[in-house]
Amino acid sequence: MAGSKRKTKFSVLEHELVPMHEIVPPDEALKILRELGLKPTELPMIKVTDPVAMELGAKPGDLIRIIRKSPTAGVAIYYRYVVPVITKK
Amino acid sequence: MSYYILPNEKEIAAIKMGILSPDMIRKMSVTAIVTAEVYTSEATPVEGGLMDPRLGVIEPGQTCKTCGGTIRTCPGHFGRVELAMPVIHVSFVPHIYDYLRATCRTCGRLKIPEEEIDRFIRLGQKLKKYWPQLAKSMYDYVKKKAMNQDICPHCGARQYKIRLEKPYTFIEEGPAGELPPTVVRDRLARIPNRDVMAMGYDPEVARPEWMVLTVLPVPPINVRPTVVLESGLRAEDDLTHKLADVIRANERLKDAIQSGSPEAIIHDLWRLLQYHVATYFDNELPGAPPAKRKSGMPLRTLAQRLKGKEGRFRGNLSGKRVDFSARTVISPDPNISINEVGVPVEIAMTLTVPERVTPWNIDEMRKYVLNGPKRYPGANYVIDTMGRRIDLRYTTDLRKIAEALKPGYIVERHLIDGDIVLFNRQPSLHRMSIMAHKVRVLPGRTFRLHLAVCPPYNADFDGDEMNLHVPQTVEARAEARILMLVQEHILSPRYGAPIIGGIQDYISGAYLLTSKATTLTKDQVSDLLATIGYIGDIPEPAVLSPKKEWTGKQIVSLLLPEDFNMRKEARVSSGNLKCETPECWWDSYVVIKKGKLLLGVLDKNTLGAEEAKTIIHFLTREYGSDMGREFMDKAFRMFLRFIEMRGFTMALSDIAVPEEAFKEIEEVFEKMEDRVRELIKLYEEGKLEPVPGRTYEESLEIRILEELSNARDEAGRRVLRYLDPFNNVFIMATTGARGSTLNITQMSVSLGQQSIRGKRIHRGYRDRTLPHFKPGDIGPEARGFVKSSFYKGLSPIETFFHAAGGREGLVDTAVRTSQSGYMQRRLINSLQDYIVMQDGTVRSLYGELIQFKYGEDGVDPKNSIFGEPISVDRIIEKHLGWKR
Repeated sequence: MAGSKRKTKFSVLEHELVPMHEIVPPDEALKILRELGLKPTELPMIKVTDPVAMELGAKPGDLIRIIRKSPTAGVAIYYRYVVPVITKK
Repeated sequence: MSYYILPNEKEIAAIKMGILSPDMIRKMSVTAIVTAEVYTSEATPVEGGLMDPRLGVIEPGQTCKTCGGTIRTCPGHFGRVELAMPVIHVSFVPHIYDYLRATCRTCGRLKIPEEEIDRFIRLGQKLKKYWPQLAKSMYDYVKKKAMNQDICPHCGARQYKIRLEKPYTFIEEGPAGELPPTVVRDRLARIPNRDVMAMGYDPEVARPEWMVLTVLPVPPINVRPTVVLESGLRAEDDLTHKLADVIRANERLKDAIQSGSPEAIIHDLWRLLQYHVATYFDNELPGAPPAKRKSGMPLRTLAQRLKGKEGRFRGNLSGKRVDFSARTVISPDPNISINEVGVPVEIAMTLTVPERVTPWNIDEMRKYVLNGPKRYPGANYVIDTMGRRIDLRYTTDLRKIAEALKPGYIVERHLIDGDIVLFNRQPSLHRMSIMAHKVRVLPGRTFRLHLAVCPPYNADFDGDEMNLHVPQTVEARAEARILMLVQEHILSPRYGAPIIGGIQDYISGAYLLTSKATTLTKDQVSDLLATIGYIGDIPEPAVLSPKKEWTGKQIVSLLLPEDFNMRKEARVSSGNLKCETPECWWDSYVVIKKGKLLLGVLDKNTLGAEEAKTIIHFLTREYGSDMGREFMDKAFRMFLRFIEMRGFTMALSDIAVPEEAFKEIEEVFEKMEDRVRELIKLYEEGKLEPVPGRTYEESLEIRILEELSNARDEAGRRVLRYLDPFNNVFIMATTGARGSTLNITQMSVSLGQQSIRGKRIHRGYRDRTLPHFKPGDIGPEARGFVKSSFYKGLSPIETFFHAAGGREGLVDTAVRTSQSGYMQRRLINSLQDYIVMQDGTVRSLYGELIQFKYGEDGVDPKNSIFGEPISVDRIIEKHLGWKR
């Protein structure tokens, strides 16, 4: 972000409340979509401007895998589709 | 009533909303309404008035002047009012405001460079297809960007800030000042279609200038019928009144303009017209006084008709009143099945089930018709093959109709035993709040239900009423029987355990019957088994001499399947009667091997409702709902029969403590008072050790509260020893049938501290609760500690504190129910259309993915054991338990 001159840079990914996020490689992403039988637009979305997405350097069209702790299943894997956000250009 | 689309039916693919254009309004109108007069002196409607006959028919027998239809066929027709000057439609004010700010005041273009407009239109169309939410945020961004331009990028004109003065006045902070609707309309009309699209609107159906009205549609009279009062007076609908106001204001404005009145007068009349049109749409506008009737009641105009709980949507479309339903008081009947509901004969003769006559049931149907509407298993209507409905109440010769009956006729017969009905108690918070029952027609005037189904409905019999609905199609009945029948809801998705099970006397009865001390004579055994209609052998008596006697455990075992194994600690297992293994003296460890209850007493832990891993839980889970239901029907009836035989009551002597016990109580409390005085002294000297995270004052309170509750517990412990731990009151508490040891302590030892908001009672006078205390007294009694018990009786002061504490409980429940009710509504509205698909994902109706796996683990809580799909321990117990 413009004008952030803080000395210590903090990565949101390191915060304990933020679950593990990672970008899925495109070929794997296609496989996953086929397995789930989903169109990308039916997936939950994440904005490119989302702090985590920016941290990961995700671009619209990427698939992000989120690995969460779940009280029922122990570990739950979610996928989010990165969507564009129209801002100043 | 069919689920298929017939050839001449159409499926609705989409609905598109738009704004009525003035042309459209004129096209659909059959007449202009020009006069506010409704009726002439001869009580006929005025032509060109609000009740113009061309607008439709509302009285039977008339024909419509427009379409020639009758009251049943004429849908009504719109009229219109040509407004002398345009006025703003209040519902569109936010949109108009956006338009005015985002477009140029001179050239009417969206204040965004040409190329970008192109880009946004293209992008918007794409986004709308895939992510409608994102499209909205893009349009918001476009508008915001345009609004921030000081100079129009198209014509270079300077822009001014525009302010909205609620509810409908726009003011430009520039040369124009207040923008009258005419100017607003001109500006909106100048916006090109392309720019409208770039802002996310569809100019085909929603041109911006249509948001300013030049002509007002007048709804058909069917929408606003005249009511003729008993006195013969006519009362017009609120909408008619409001429209009359609009017309009157409009006429005055027109006259003023024609006669060339001064600007100021025209302006005032114009504002008046604007006010009337605005309140015609919405009479609850912030910033505008609501239009009132002569009586002072605010008018119910268009928005009010739609909005809120009693509005068109919530009151008439999502919630409709239905036929084939009944409501009355409920009362208990332990002798019917949990699957049944007792229906009064009177209700059974009013509600009907349509039954198609076939060669196989024609004799039965004839019998119903012959009985007619007035004799019990009869019928109220017969529908012949032509679809004609014959009302049996007004037929003289029932025999003729019965003879005429042939296959294909439909007989609407009375409810009979075994019919499936839906039974419901509000608030319907659960799926278990509406369950299907089988009808059992009984004398009396109340619905009867089995006591074990009280928990799912949250019902009791202090005057509760319940509703009953009769499904009218075979599909509905099949669905109700298979999915909604009570026995299919023994296990609750809420607990993953039975919600239907033993309560109160069932628990005490089971305990007493299965207790080691109980032996039954042959007569008693026969009695118990006869009540459940048992057919079969009686087991070998447990005691042969001097008299043949059976144990209760033997009798209960007759109801269990032969391969049933289970072991569990009983609820009574506590204190000095605790049993953790089967090798235990106190009979409070339950062991069932091969369907025989060998050890332990049955109580809430093994039979209770809302309790996991009970006999009922395992029976329903492992043997199916039929087994669960059958076990409950029989076992519970038997427990009650036994408790009747033995007798069960609660007496004052059960909680009466001897004189020396009072001394002990006094002793405990005196010591406690000393300690409290000590604490107060320490506090005043500033030597009290504070509790971490609390202020000094709070620390004292916490310490005192601690002392008080310890004192009551200690007194309880010491005094309850004087009572018989096997008297009926204690049996109820220890088996979990009703009440707790705390309740017993309150009855016989001391009521304890009364509290308001979790604190000791502080309110009342300054520095004291009641005038009986010195100011500043913070001792136990002065702050609501009740030393007395219900047995001993409360002093006046104690009674007051008890009442104060009790009142808080009442207020709390009242507040909580309304708050949680609203929360429930919001939750249900947001979740109701999500479905678990075949692949285990949770989807919205549009196929959007909500959860990759239902509950993240794909487990149905109803069929789980403590959240797990299977329990290995239980499987081992089930199959090998008999060996252990």
